[in-house]
Amino acid sequence: MSDPPVPNESTPAPAWEPNIVGFLCNWCSYAGADLAGTSRIPYACNVRIIRVPCSGRVDPLMILRAFREGADGVLVSGCHPGDCHYIEGNYYARRKFIALKQLLDHVGVDPRRLRFSWVSASEGRKWAEVVETVTRELLEIGPYRYDRDGDD
Amino acid sequence: MARIGVFVCWCGANIASTVDVESVAEAASRLPGVAFATDYKYMCSDPGQKAILEAAQEHRLDGLVVAACSPRMHEPTFRQVAAEAGINPFRMQMANIREHCSWVHADREEATAKALDAIRMMVARVAQSEPLEPIKVPVTRRALVIGGGVAGIQAALDVADGGVETILVERTPSIGGKMAGLDETFPTLDCSQCILTPKMVDASRSEFIKLYTYCEVEKVDGSVGNFKVTLRKKAKYVNHELCNGCGDCFHKCPYKKIPSEFDYGVGNRTAIYVPFPQAVPNKPVIDRETCVFFKTGKCRACEKVCLRNAIDFEQEDEFEEIDVGAIIVATGYDILEPAEMAEFRYGAIPDVITGLQFERMSSASGPTEGKIVRPSDGEEPKVVVFVHCVGSRDENYKEYCSKICCMYNAKHAIILKHRIHDAQAYLFYIDVRAGGKGYEEFWKRACVEEGAEYLRGRVSRLYDENGKVIVEGQDTLSGEQVEVVADLVVLATAMVPAKGTEEMARILGVSTDKDGFFNEAHPKLRPVDTATGGIFLAGACQAPKDIPESVAQGSAAAAKALGLLTKEEITREPTVAVVDPFICTGCWNCVTVCPFGAPEKSEITMTIDGRKVTRPVSEINEGKCEGCGLCVASCPGNCIDQRGFSDDQVYAELGGYLERLRAALTHE
Repeated sequence: MSDPPVPNESTPAPAWEPNIVGFLCNWCSYAGADLAGTSRIPYACNVRIIRVPCSGRVDPLMILRAFREGADGVLVSGCHPGDCHYIEGNYYARRKFIALKQLLDHVGVDPRRLRFSWVSASEGRKWAEVVETVTRELLEIGPYRYDRDGDD
Repeated sequence: MARIGVFVCWCGANIASTVDVESVAEAASRLPGVAFATDYKYMCSDPGQKAILEAAQEHRLDGLVVAACSPRMHEPTFRQVAAEAGINPFRMQMANIREHCSWVHADREEATAKALDAIRMMVARVAQSEPLEPIKVPVTRRALVIGGGVAGIQAALDVADGGVETILVERTPSIGGKMAGLDETFPTLDCSQCILTPKMVDASRSEFIKLYTYCEVEKVDGSVGNFKVTLRKKAKYVNHELCNGCGDCFHKCPYKKIPSEFDYGVGNRTAIYVPFPQAVPNKPVIDRETCVFFKTGKCRACEKVCLRNAIDFEQEDEFEEIDVGAIIVATGYDILEPAEMAEFRYGAIPDVITGLQFERMSSASGPTEGKIVRPSDGEEPKVVVFVHCVGSRDENYKEYCSKICCMYNAKHAIILKHRIHDAQAYLFYIDVRAGGKGYEEFWKRACVEEGAEYLRGRVSRLYDENGKVIVEGQDTLSGEQVEVVADLVVLATAMVPAKGTEEMARILGVSTDKDGFFNEAHPKLRPVDTATGGIFLAGACQAPKDIPESVAQGSAAAAKALGLLTKEEITREPTVAVVDPFICTGCWNCVTVCPFGAPEKSEITMTIDGRKVTRPVSEINEGKCEGCGLCVASCPGNCIDQRGFSDDQVYAELGGYLERLRAALTHE
């Protein structure tokens, strides 16, 4: 893959909206997002959803790739602790992403850009709230841009 | 280059009113890899499906993206269409532009952009998708039913009726469950044992049912169609092959004052015992905890009196491994321990009892032979207070309604009147919930014909005074404080999952809800399935239920199990993990993280540069892999991938979106 374009720290366009990638587990959060739909609960339009079998399937590299190539935020959503369809995948995910947040912080990325949430299949409203919160927070943080020293 | 067809559904106005479907289809047709794109009013309808079939032929499509509702809704439908069109079903993906888009976004422009992104992502994913074939697994034609209450018995009988061998496991010494201890049943007042014991005998006699009482499930491995279950057959200390059930042993047992579990402590049992006279099997077990011989090494009274030499103090727990194709869980309920709710004074005042204790007293074969008496002095009570919703519908304990209490309280009031004609029943209730055939008429009968006094309100205080129980509460209909001087108080305590349900859930790998009941796969449409294939639910282990509902669910679970077990083989989703043995170093990280034991330690022998090398590598047991992908994301060497959810597919899907973002950024 060719190197991604490295945009300047130009002033964001006034209509800037955060671009968010959401990894949702098939059993709880994806179904929760479906329920938000069937319940017609409106929420911000900023998340693009990728369905995965389990939050434990999400490789930290997928998240880093998303940031490297233009996402402003990443949301990983799984089943509540104890409710994982695969028994304990979400626990592994939780541990992994706590470590990843520290890594992000270490390399200078605002760790708030990565959000981990529990949304069950019956929590359509919660899903809408999570999207709203994440979007609002990213609006405050601003677009994710990085410059290499020496680049113009 | 792939030849993907994109089909954008209007879903009537559901999608089309918010998403500009025509422009989406038009833009999709220009995406790389897309050979054809169109939109249609109802993609899932017969003409919609035909349109896909025709387009597939005309444009020689090798992949499909259906932009419509959630794949949780119609993925099976469109996979079927793909198969009919000669396209591998795993090269069909749905872009969810209804639930995740048109139904939650109002702005047409935004929703249209999001819908197109969803299609971009899925087109990229399909382009990276390998054709897959479902995994075929042979089915073990045998069922396991856990729990020998009425739900479990019904399930076992019905599976056996289908000609399938069934193993019925019960942890107490007899099958029969809670129902065996009940007196008469609402709303018909037919005697519980009279209707249950024939079923118990049928279960013990069926050529297709193997009964394992005093036995617990220790371990469950495997998956749908092929479970390996380890049973712990607890030592009975009585050889049931030799025992003829004469009963000499328990008449001789010197230790007679053990509170009987079956009677909820209303009656006593001996250390060697049959829990109740109609038990199946009607043969005793020795309770090691209370037997004097096991405590002091002396006694052996039962052994001396047994003419069949059936007593065997040397017995030990035995383990047996069985293979089954389906499991029906019918572990039932317990009641919320009333002593935990101090305000009801259970345990502190002897004449405060539970509904189940009342059942044992009023049962003709119970410890008092059907006489309703005060535990404190054995006198006949003349004034009895029944308290509804003890621990149920109470935010301090259980929020839910236990469902059966309104009816059994009415029943108790009627039975009281039948046994003690001059007795008066008072019932403190919140609402009377009597939804069921003949139920409304039944409680009305208690009220109108049998003179039960219904007081609408909660009990505020209970205390004892001069050998009576004073019950204070409010009658919210008259608005007055009431005080009843009672001889006996009966608490309708909340139903909770049977003790050990949490442990059973762990063993089975199925989930429980916030109250600890087993979770069904779908609250409306799959009420007897669990989310784990091949494991079904019956009775009150799933939620509070009365007898007819438990029996119905037992039969339903049996039908589900039979549907599975009458197949030669079943197909499983091929979305399993695969190890690349060339780069696997055998670190066993996957073995550690997998909750299902799917990765197995194996070896590979290769000839490299003319040299034979044998290395440890991990290998996935496809029969056990549930396809969660945890090992894939946890492999430090990136040696594992998942079919149908491969890294390439996920990155492609991600890339479909990110490339659009990057393109937008460069134009900034």
